[in-house]
Formats: sequence, structure tokens, C-alpha cells
Amino acid sequence: MTALRNSVPVIAILLLIVAGWYVGSYALNAPFQRDLDRRAGVTSTPWEFVVKTMTQPKPTLPAPHQVAQNFFENTFLRKVTSNRSLVYHAWVTLSATLLGFAFGTALGIAIAVGIVHVTTLDRSLMPWIIASQTIPILALAPMIIVVLAAVGITGLIPKSLISTYLSFFPVAVGMVKGLRSPEFTHLDLMHTYNASKAQVFWKLRVPASVPFLFTSMKVAVAASLVGAIVGELPTGAVAGIGAKLLNGSYYSQTIDMFAALVAGSVVAVMLVLLVGLAARITERLMGARPA
Amino acid sequence: MQSIISARNLDLVFQTADGPVHALNNVTLDIGKGEFVSFIGPSGCGKTTFLRVIADLEKPTGGSISVNGMTPEQARQARAYGYVFQAAALYPWRTIEKNIALPLEIMGIAKTEQAERIKQTLALVNLTGFEKKFPWQLSGGMQQRASIARALAFDADLLLMDEPFGALDEIVRDHLNEQLLELWARTTKTICFVTHSIPEAVYLSTKIVVMSPRPGRVTDIIESTLPKERPLDIRESPEFLAIAARVRDGLRAGHSYED
Repeated sequence: MTALRNSVPVIAILLLIVAGWYVGSYALNAPFQRDLDRRAGVTSTPWEFVVKTMTQPKPTLPAPHQVAQNFFENTFLRKVTSNRSLVYHAWVTLSATLLGFAFGTALGIAIAVGIVHVTTLDRSLMPWIIASQTIPILALAPMIIVVLAAVGITGLIPKSLISTYLSFFPVAVGMVKGLRSPEFTHLDLMHTYNASKAQVFWKLRVPASVPFLFTSMKVAVAASLVGAIVGELPTGAVAGIGAKLLNGSYYSQTIDMFAALVAGSVVAVMLVLLVGLAARITERLMGARPA
Repeated sequence: MQSIISARNLDLVFQTADGPVHALNNVTLDIGKGEFVSFIGPSGCGKTTFLRVIADLEKPTGGSISVNGMTPEQARQARAYGYVFQAAALYPWRTIEKNIALPLEIMGIAKTEQAERIKQTLALVNLTGFEKKFPWQLSGGMQQRASIARALAFDADLLLMDEPFGALDEIVRDHLNEQLLELWARTTKTICFVTHSIPEAVYLSTKIVVMSPRPGRVTDIIESTLPKERPLDIRESPEFLAIAARVRDGLRAGHSYED
């Protein structure tokens, strides 16, 4: 019952978007269709004309059903090893995303631990970390790829490093906050036990930071995916969601591009949900009050 | 009587943004082994600060203090005391037994002995059967009992309690007071107990230290004449009321109503 009630607003918005999208694709595709009809000397009823704007092979803005059909065919009807399969391309991007996310999370945690425990790092590192995120990744990505290629590193690693670059940041910031989140009395308690720094870290700071870690990991995993896709754009990659987008734009395969975008979104949603699930399981094991 | 805590001309000044705050001024006090000492006074009188100085959570700026004949820092390193905070301060991700195990883990006590001590202390505070519960599954009073169990688990001779029952309702509080006295009688620990409540102080203590603020100082030290055996209705006896009246007078004398 609550599931139904919760889904009603979401579905309503979705329908609105789809309706707006149809209107948009008619408006954007109509001029070209009118041009075609005029040159071919065809006259059609208004309804026939509307249908034509929604069935162009290379529309300016593909209609939702065109994207849906393309997505369905290329996801479920192709062998996953075929380079026309979206599953194949999604997997290529996903593998770079996951590797980059793992690097990024590890790096973010390491930076946070350093900042929390070493005063010098606390003073010196944070401005640089923030500055690192103000550099447009689109400008930086080709440089990373080219520099690494020059030293003989190609393939998965350069792409995942771009993911790492985007994903370490939320983890570092979240974990600094998390590792500093214990209440004063909880810290005082450790002091009365004459606990060592390591004991305070493992028995208090780490468990206290877990909710912060998962929240920032949700942001980081989505950023990782963006990083992997962006990493595929300047490399002339032959596979991956990014490559699919790039090819689509070269050959005006707008439907393919939109289908690739949908595939990217589906991967993003799955990743975020997965992190959310891991968060919920961990919190349950750590005795959180069920919501 | 052997002196456990001995403070001589103790001073503590906090430097704050609004200028120095004199939290403790010239406090001289002896606490003997096995005593139950209450510190009572209005907010800002330094009663909690004094407890925190004993616990080496604050450093005095003048005078001297010894705990078990050592400096507070040495006493802390020797794990000479258990501290009970105003809030139960249980770690929410640990079950009750794991919370009690926390000091034992830190002190490197063997697993089998940990289990034994957890069992004993839980029985001592009447929480047997709640080992596997998480803190949020317990009432406020039970949480505070668990935190007392945690302070008792490593068997320090000194128990420092900072308004442990301040946030609880009166009925629960009466009950916990009774249990605390019982526990004190059984274990012969020395207890320092900070409170706002006159009846609580008089009911529990062998010695009542009345304090007053600005600067935080001791205005009266009352040795209780009540017997060690104290049923709850002792609080209606003339003797009890006489001590309570003296505490109240002490509080009133030290309290400035100008501000």
C-alpha cells in the first residue's frame, strides 16, 4: 500500500516527462520532415505527418518509443559479446567504473585518515583537494590519457584513474567528517581507559564513520561512472558507453546515443541502489534501529 | 582513614573568548577509602570540573591533587577509576555486552575473563538477559545501568559519577539510588557523585561537598550522620531533613542572586 502511494508521484512525473518529450520530438523533427515532404511532393494528413516525425531513422530528437525499442533490441536481443550489444558496452564502462571507484574510495579514506591524524596534512591538504575538483574533468581527461599512454599505460587503468579522480573527493570529505563525528563523551570515555590512538581509531572513529562512508560512496559511485564515460570520449575508445555516445554523434545516430544514455542511467541507478543496499545491510549488522 | 583523593588549594582557570573563567578556586578536600561523596551546587560551581580533574580530563592550573597517591594522569594510566557520564554514552553499534567489553578489550583482558566479568557486572546492575540488546532497545534507566556496569567491569576501586541519573524521572531515579547504595555496600568502592538534587545527595552520601559558583569553590563539607543501612523512607526522618536543611542553607549562602 505504501509502495503504491510512494510510486504514484514518481509515475505521474514520469508520464509528464514522456508527454513533454513527445511534444519536443514533434517540434524538433517537424521542420526536417516538412522539408522532406516538400521536396518529395508528398502531402499527408496531420496524423500521418505526426507519425512520420516519430519514425525518422536519424531524428533530431528521437521519440521515447524509438529509444525504448533501440534499447530493448540492443540489450536483450543481441549476444552480449557483440559490439552492438549495450550490455557489452555497459560492461566495458562498468569495469572501469568499479576499478576507479575502488581506487577512489581507498584513496579518499587514506586521505581522510591522514587529515584527521596529522595536523600538517589537515592544514595543507584540504585546499588542494578542493582545488582539484574545480578543474574541469573534460579538460583534464585527455591529458591523463595522453600522459599515461606516453609511459605505456593504456586500456582500463587510465579510464579508471579519471573515475578515481572524481570519486575520491566525496569519500575524503565525508570520511573526514565521519572520523571526527564521535561525541565528546565517547572520546572522553576512551581517554579514561587510557586507550591508544589506534584503539580510539578502530573501536570508535571507524565505526562512527560508517554511515558517512556509505553516504559519500553513493555520490562517489555515480561520479565514477561519469568519470569512466568521460574517459572514453577523448581516447577514441572503441567500446563503452562513452564510445557509443561518441560514435552516435559522429554518424548522427541519435537513437543510438539516447539508448546509450539510458543504458548509462540504468547502470548508475543499479550502482547507487547496490551501495544503498550494502549500507542498509551494514547498518543492520551494526545495530541501527530499523527505520 | 586512608585518603584516596587529596586536593590542596586546587585552582582551575579556563581561558575562554569572554575572558578567564574561574572554575575551581582554592579547593582543598580529602576523600577517604570507601566513602560515598556527593558534590552538590548550582551550575558553574565546578562540581563536574572537579570530577574531571580527578579523572585527568582537565588539568588544574594551580595547587595539587593526588589520586591513590599518584598524579591524576598516572592514576588514569593505571586505570584507577571508572567514569560514568551524565548521558549513558554507550556506543550505539555495540550490544550491551560488547559495550561492557569495551574497556576490557582496551585493557587487553582475555576473552574468557571478559565473559565472566560481563556476566558478573550485568548481574550487579540487574541487567542479566539483556546481553545481546542494542542500546536503543533499552529504556533510559537501563542504559544508565549498563553504563555503570561498564564502569564497574574492570574493577577499579574508585567510581566517578557525573550526574548519572540527572536525565531520568524521579521514580526510576529512586530505584537506581537504592540499587547504587546496595552496590556500594557490596563492593566497598569509593564513589564520587555529582548531583543537582539535595535529597539524592543526602540519601546516598557519607560526605556532602557543597559548592558555589563564580568562582567555583567549596562552601561546606557535611559528614553525614545517617546509618549505612538506608531504606527509601529514611528520607522522612528528622535526621535526614536536618542534613538536607544544612545543605540547602549552604547552597543559599553561596549563591548570589544579583545576576
